Amino acid sequence: MKIGDEMLEQEQWTKVIGPRSGWFDVHLSDLWHFRDLIGLFVKRDFVAFYQQTILGPLWFLLQPLFTTIVFTIIFGRIARIPTDGLPRMLFYMAGIVTWNYFADCLNKTSDTFVSNASIFGKVFFPRLTVPVSIVITNLITFAIQFVLFLAFWAFFYLKGSDIRMTPWVLLTPALLLQMAALGLGLGILISSMTTKYRDLRFVVGFGVQLWMYATPVVYPMSSIPEKWQWLFALNPMAAIIETVRYAFLGAGALRPFHLALSLGMTVVILLAGIITFSRMEKTFMDTV
Amino acid sequence: MSDVVIRVENLYKEYRLGTISHGTLHRDLQSWWARVRGKEDPNSLISHHDRLPGPEAFADNPHILALTDVTFDVHQGDVLGIIGRNGAGKSTLLKILSEVTAPTKGTVKMKGRVASLLEVGTGFHSELTGRENVYLNGAILGMTKREITRKFDEIVDFAEIEKFIDTPVKRYSSGMYVRLAFAVAAHLEPEILIVDEVLAVGDAQFQKKCLGKMGDVAKGGRTVLFVSHNMAAVQNLCSSTLVLSNGSLVFSGKVDKAIEWYFQNDIGQGTMDLHDGKERSGNGLVRFTKITTCNMRNEIIDSFPLGQGCKIYLDYECAKGFSPHNVEVGVAFISVLGLKVAMFSNVVANQPFHDLSPVGRICCTIPSVPLTHSEYVLGISISCNGETCDWVDKAMRISISEGDFYKSGRLYYPGSTLVYLPHNWTTS
Repeated sequence: MKIGDEMLEQEQWTKVIGPRSGWFDVHLSDLWHFRDLIGLFVKRDFVAFYQQTILGPLWFLLQPLFTTIVFTIIFGRIARIPTDGLPRMLFYMAGIVTWNYFADCLNKTSDTFVSNASIFGKVFFPRLTVPVSIVITNLITFAIQFVLFLAFWAFFYLKGSDIRMTPWVLLTPALLLQMAALGLGLGILISSMTTKYRDLRFVVGFGVQLWMYATPVVYPMSSIPEKWQWLFALNPMAAIIETVRYAFLGAGALRPFHLALSLGMTVVILLAGIITFSRMEKTFMDTV
Repeated sequence: MSDVVIRVENLYKEYRLGTISHGTLHRDLQSWWARVRGKEDPNSLISHHDRLPGPEAFADNPHILALTDVTFDVHQGDVLGIIGRNGAGKSTLLKILSEVTAPTKGTVKMKGRVASLLEVGTGFHSELTGRENVYLNGAILGMTKREITRKFDEIVDFAEIEKFIDTPVKRYSSGMYVRLAFAVAAHLEPEILIVDEVLAVGDAQFQKKCLGKMGDVAKGGRTVLFVSHNMAAVQNLCSSTLVLSNGSLVFSGKVDKAIEWYFQNDIGQGTMDLHDGKERSGNGLVRFTKITTCNMRNEIIDSFPLGQGCKIYLDYECAKGFSPHNVEVGVAFISVLGLKVAMFSNVVANQPFHDLSPVGRICCTIPSVPLTHSEYVLGISISCNGETCDWVDKAMRISISEGDFYKSGRLYYPGSTLVYLPHNWTTS
């Protein structure tokens, strides 16, 4: 009888807090309940970015524009790296805009815990709302930059350059989602580890830069000797960038197998990230 | 017992002290390896066999227990006050209850929606307007957009800032900022509200308003957990009270009894070893070795009720072969803002020490400390023949708590005055 009473009471508790337990203590449904918060974080980050600047959202355009120009001069004119016969500006811009989205997602989510310690230390809400909102904010930035790319695309198209969109364009949303997942997954994985070992913060900074050079952003896959190409299959970003370029410009090395492999890696990294993050969020306040 | 809304059972929280270094990684791996093999973590103080390790485990172990075996129930509609000295574990307990950090062992079970207010204005962004911040802060605290919209006017009304609601909060005065932040929190409608020391901010009038609002919450059948150093507020608001000391629950019961118990029994470590470490200056011919604060009954405490007496004992020793002459000893009460509120010198007080023994203890007795309830730092100095021998700027902290100075049961609000002076009022 007594046992029955206790069981009845057990069921009435709406929340039970205990020591951190298994590895799979993940509550993604909480994220949905806090969707308003995600929206407000996005708004905050977006508005705060250009508050008290003269050019405002224009800054989102200037950054890829100038990088493209610099790349065109250094890698195109001076180093004379081939661009698969594509107009150099377009070739670099496609790479930069795509890469930037991934790099921003990774960079900004990777210090979620450390830079939000003051909020996280005071109130509970699903911690994943923060990195998810970062990925969405970056999506807005990407959209703006992407419009710039399309404008250049139209300009070169009308000028009669040899570029063409392929049906692969339809894959763009999926590729974006994959980059978001990859950036987020890796970012929160690193962020979970930086709570204890701050060394990783420094690694991320230049690691992302080095990674860009290991990815066909400033050079095409076709300029890589055949015997080394397998190495790029291990880089999930390589296939994505090449696919985007092929989709919009009609030249480049499209490798469905690499793309599938990249997708597989993304899923694994994202899952690892979410699991580690959920485990860390319960105790990171003690170490941060 | 169906009306128990919070049940805390055998709660432990362990923290690791010290800095993270290469040694950390080594110990992490050690702990991890022990867990993998199903053995006990050699770096943890909490054993899984319900027994605390012996003292040998504490030496050299960088872990401390912030909460030890805390168990209590809270009933629906209770306003539970939690009091204790700094470091007693109050904030740790609230952090666990509000899910900011997980306990090391033990469980907390709760019924209903919980909102915690460990700080006002969490997540306020200075570039955003008042309106945007109300939404952001509300959402962080767990409200949906629709709920906030419904209560928006009420919130703005409560905060008394209608005119400035569309101004970025960085242009707000600190008072307006706090008012807006509290207004948002006050309009949460949780079944359980957890509040930490947030009333220490804002002006007196607004504090009253907040207390009133919290009282309303409790009358509405909701449960409030309230941590404060403001005993008057605890007394006004709470129906029952817990006293924490060094991480353990030491008293639980009616609020008056708890406060009484707290003042009488929670004897602090009102003593500090000064042999080394401290920032100090002087020629070192005489050095302070220990400072101790006692009440008039010579019980060592570090918290004195306003108006009560205080004895400060200073132990000293001299360098070999040095015998002190014409000694001046000084003690200063320094406020948290760095203001020297009161100074005591045996020379100024015309009670000179011509000769002192090479090792000894000096006592400064203050029959009544009429300083406003707050934290103070004691600075101490000793000089011989006009030369400073030892000067310790921050020898130890002491706190003055609320006391019934005028025997009227009333006090000025903290921060509104520095000293309480005896005086008389007459009419003619």
